[in-house]
Amino acid sequence: MAEVLLPRSLVALFPGTPRRLAVEAASVLQLVDALDRTVPGLADRLLTSGPAIREHINVFVDGELAGLDTPLGPESTVHIIPAVSGGAGG
Amino acid sequence: MALGVMLLVGTRKGAFLVESGLERAVWSIRGPLCEGWPVFDVSYDRSVGAILAGTGSPWFGPAVWRSTDLGATWTHSSAGLAYGDDGPRLTRVWNVTAAGGTVYAGVEPAGLFRSADGGQTWEHVAGLRAHPSTPDWQPGNGGLICHTIIADPTDPRHLWVGISAVGVFETRDSGATWATRNRGVRADFLPDPHPEFGQCVHKVAMAAGEPATLYQQNHCGVYRSDDGAATWTEITGQLPSDFGFPIAAHPRDPATAWVVPLNGADKGRFVPQGRPAVWRTRDRGRSWSRLARGLPEHDAYLAVLREAMAVDELEPAGVYIGTSTGQLFGSADEGDTWAPIAEHLPPIASVDAVVVER
Repeated sequence: MAEVLLPRSLVALFPGTPRRLAVEAASVLQLVDALDRTVPGLADRLLTSGPAIREHINVFVDGELAGLDTPLGPESTVHIIPAVSGGAGG
Repeated sequence: MALGVMLLVGTRKGAFLVESGLERAVWSIRGPLCEGWPVFDVSYDRSVGAILAGTGSPWFGPAVWRSTDLGATWTHSSAGLAYGDDGPRLTRVWNVTAAGGTVYAGVEPAGLFRSADGGQTWEHVAGLRAHPSTPDWQPGNGGLICHTIIADPTDPRHLWVGISAVGVFETRDSGATWATRNRGVRADFLPDPHPEFGQCVHKVAMAAGEPATLYQQNHCGVYRSDDGAATWTEITGQLPSDFGFPIAAHPRDPATAWVVPLNGADKGRFVPQGRPAVWRTRDRGRSWSRLARGLPEHDAYLAVLREAMAVDELEPAGVYIGTSTGQLFGSADEGDTWAPIAEHLPPIASVDAVVVER
């Protein structure tokens, strides 16, 4: 199973959700769908219409910037990280 | 439990709840709430006692936050709050208004959603974006946003919305069909200053007990309609500027409303001469009085945005303004005198005032 690490600001929206989960998925899109089944509403926070990854969310698979169709292996590590380009301004 | 006043404050860095007893003299602040997300509107659903916040996170997108315990705990949802995979990407919720058992959300890019379960799931009111003018809608400085939603208290099928910079629309069939309602309103920034649509409505407020009487602060003047927005009459009169954002109506007197004029659209958009003042009419806009006692007297280059003025329902009515520089001022005497309530909040986008048991 792939391992996914979620950012603090995301799990704060879903109290009780751990920062680190093991997920059975063959792609990033499947991983987000699986997360949404475990944590309803989570996909809405990561994806916009299309579907597409939100503009200021970065997903890395084994250290490389990834897209929704990036494949995952059983040993993959996925980091979901809010981009520094986001934020509420000064 | 005792009755008190709760100000619902939306800021660039979360929501705040500012509370006092009915004397409205000593205030306490709770926040930031909503995880510090930018909050564009916080309102109160009296039918179920829920606080609703319209938000849009730069990271995590749009959502409506909801608290049924006066802000102690919150949930959030954007279930159904989308134009579909082929539609434009919805970025922010600008207005949340509960009326007649329905909760409405005005969003960016401009459109209207409704919820039959208090804001937990949403349905697109597709009729608004089906209006033939939609391809020609142009954004204002704040974006192409549906920022004003007014429901007729005598007919739940009857609504008005305000979209910048498009104008006012009216529906009488629960949102299935809409008509533009901008006759008499100037659009000085267009070649034709009196188009059917394209006016930059900033805020509309309904007069107490008179659903056909509407007050409008526009990019180009202040207006009143006596016929449910079919026609508008300019009432800018002796106001120092035709430009401002908020307008608020009295909870009982249909002839009383308040505005906060700014120096002008192209002059910096702060209060004239750096001297903040709220202006009040007692005669439906025929005359205006400048109210500034207790507000900063000089060197205060602040603004009050479209959603950032509120009126409570007490007697006399309390009036509240939140500034783009994070100050919150209140008046417990309908604007005659003012006092600071909070001075160092984040930039304030919205203020609402409710009387609640707490």
